[in-house]
Amino acid sequence: MAGTELFRTDPRTGLQYHKSAELLIKANAVAAVVALLVGGIIALLITLTRWQAVHLLNADNFYLLLTAHGLDMLVIWVIFFEIAILYFCSSTLLRSRLATPRLAWLAFALMVIGTVTFNAAIFTGNATVMMTSYVPLPGHPAFYLGLILFAVGALIGCFIFLGTLVVARAEKTYEGSIPLVTFGALTACIIAIFTIASGAIILIPTFLWSAGYVKSIDPLMYRTIWWAFGHSSQQINVSAHVAVWYAIAAIVFAAKPMSERVSRTAFVLYILFLQLASAHHLLADPGLSTEWKVFNTSYAMYLAVLASMIHGLTVPGSIEVAQRAKGLTKGLFEWIRKAPWGNPTFSGMFISLLVFGFLGGISGVMMGTEQLNMIIHNTTYVPGHFHATVVGGTTLAFMALTYFLIPSLFNREVIMPGLAKWQPYLFGIGMGVFSLALMGAGTLGVPRRHWDITFAGASLPYEYPGTAYLMLAIMGVSGVVAIVGGAAYILITVGSLLWGKRLAAGAYGRETTVLRMPVDTALTGHGTGGFVAPGTFVFAMVFLTAFILYYFVNWKYLSTVWGLS
Amino acid sequence: MSAIQPPAQRIWWKQPLDKVELVWIVIAFAWCLVMFFMMPYWHVFGKQNLSSETYRARPEMFARAAEEMVAKWKVREETEAKIPVVAPPAGADVYLIARLWDWWPILELEEGKTYRLNLMSMDYQHGFSLQPENINVQVLPGYQHVVTVTPNRAGTYGIVCNEFCGAGHHKMVSKLYVVKK
Repeated sequence: MAGTELFRTDPRTGLQYHKSAELLIKANAVAAVVALLVGGIIALLITLTRWQAVHLLNADNFYLLLTAHGLDMLVIWVIFFEIAILYFCSSTLLRSRLATPRLAWLAFALMVIGTVTFNAAIFTGNATVMMTSYVPLPGHPAFYLGLILFAVGALIGCFIFLGTLVVARAEKTYEGSIPLVTFGALTACIIAIFTIASGAIILIPTFLWSAGYVKSIDPLMYRTIWWAFGHSSQQINVSAHVAVWYAIAAIVFAAKPMSERVSRTAFVLYILFLQLASAHHLLADPGLSTEWKVFNTSYAMYLAVLASMIHGLTVPGSIEVAQRAKGLTKGLFEWIRKAPWGNPTFSGMFISLLVFGFLGGISGVMMGTEQLNMIIHNTTYVPGHFHATVVGGTTLAFMALTYFLIPSLFNREVIMPGLAKWQPYLFGIGMGVFSLALMGAGTLGVPRRHWDITFAGASLPYEYPGTAYLMLAIMGVSGVVAIVGGAAYILITVGSLLWGKRLAAGAYGRETTVLRMPVDTALTGHGTGGFVAPGTFVFAMVFLTAFILYYFVNWKYLSTVWGLS
Repeated sequence: MSAIQPPAQRIWWKQPLDKVELVWIVIAFAWCLVMFFMMPYWHVFGKQNLSSETYRARPEMFARAAEEMVAKWKVREETEAKIPVVAPPAGADVYLIARLWDWWPILELEEGKTYRLNLMSMDYQHGFSLQPENINVQVLPGYQHVVTVTPNRAGTYGIVCNEFCGAGHHKMVSKLYVVKK
């Protein structure tokens, strides 16, 4: 097929890049890594402050930097990278031109301007309001304005993704249905549109309030709508990193999804059960009925949790099937023992899956249980949970994908392969222990977003047990390990882009090839009669056992506290 | 083919489920139902459920109620700031003000007795965190939240603020006494 747009075919992977899309993917990915660098430096400072024995920063700087860390990591790093993923999953995977590249550059510019604007408000000390900016705690109008600009930019990016799907379909650049990974990206995109709109619905009036045009914003209304943005947007990350897991399983093992139907249905469940996690944040609030809380935190059946449990089985399951097909059939676990643990793309993805599932997933359900939330709400258990999901899960998955993108997209050889081999372990294990230590401290009642749990200078101080200080020390040490892992990632990424050996890129031309699939007519599963991934099933049962035990341990602990009704 | 390519079967949605997947989905779904039913179950049989009794209130109204309570049941004062310690009778409405940056007044409750604890903020959002019990409740301005509490152990407790409320957040901490009679 010949058109007017320029494409090149990557000689190593066979992926076909549209020239305009390629530049945009690179720009968004680079912006993401810059945000990660800024957020990472701040991470070191705040970790060394909450480590009570070090207590590095003063109170004002701590709160200021904590606000910046939350937004630059959770919003800027993650969403820039996700926009890159959206363009990759539509334009590249479907071999299509990207819809309206000029608008995509406008989106990029808005996101950059928004980021600079709200960071300026924070770093001049005018918006120390934390990421959540709960009203009526006042922030400078530029803070809200910057977030709104960023959100508008991201929203445009989402629509460009959808537009590209339409273009690809209309121009018949592929046959059959979109790939599973693109489907996961589509899920992320739909969720993103809903959540970003929610963010706009609450941040626009809040901006007007901070500028003096609106008299007051009801705090409960703010919390309810803000969390439709604040936590639902985390489902974007989940959908995106699960899509990345599938992509890496496909790239490293040529793994085929166990069943397209199951995996795609599980993605749809994320959309249908989007609000469960938003309701988690309101379980300890006044003004909402018990029925509202119990129903909305679960929709009576926790199907978003089910969706993650399904992906948790089908991703390693598909790897197991692919490995067994290569002859690694000895016992239950030969397929995983002989996996390429030295390949950071694989090890990063697999550690991401473990940290997300065991630490992030289980702890998330604890917080999402109406009564158990009372013994968790606003303690360090909460950051413990979301560092396991968004950092150990999403961020590590994105890092793993980067090792694939450097040669394929940027045409550079990854520098320092020895360090790259260890990077996912440093980062993943550091982050895992960090999360566990924060959860431990939270169980002992240590508050989140708190500068000094010794309460020096307070008239009626409370004394936390020594174990709480020990937990914060473990958090400090493992946090530094994770930050070293993060620094290694940035060093390798930036270094490879600057000094990595140039690889043949493939020439740009106007010829494109349609993604034509050999059509199987027989409808057979992997082994409809058999049990194709027994090793994975054993892992799943270990996970479930841990889940059930920990769940009831929490109920047991709850039953010992004061009576409340 | 692999997950980054279109499905090999055109009508992939008719592909039969694998047994591993099916068994896992059934088990996982059953567990999800158990987790849902635990919440209503605990409302019927458990003793720790957060009340949803809430009233809209203006700060000055709430402050007046707290001052009246202090006038009636004050037993002593503590610290240089002369913070009143209040020992209300069982069953009483007890008021605890959250404001920048303290909890007011100090409460002295009796073990095994039940009280209606009224929580509200005068300004920003705060977090009521009772230590070492680790009971945590969000405190909002304008929403008077009535939580019925029954202390089950005598001792001196801490009340920490665990919602960020500005520069003095980490000094917003108070005491609560539970005595045995």
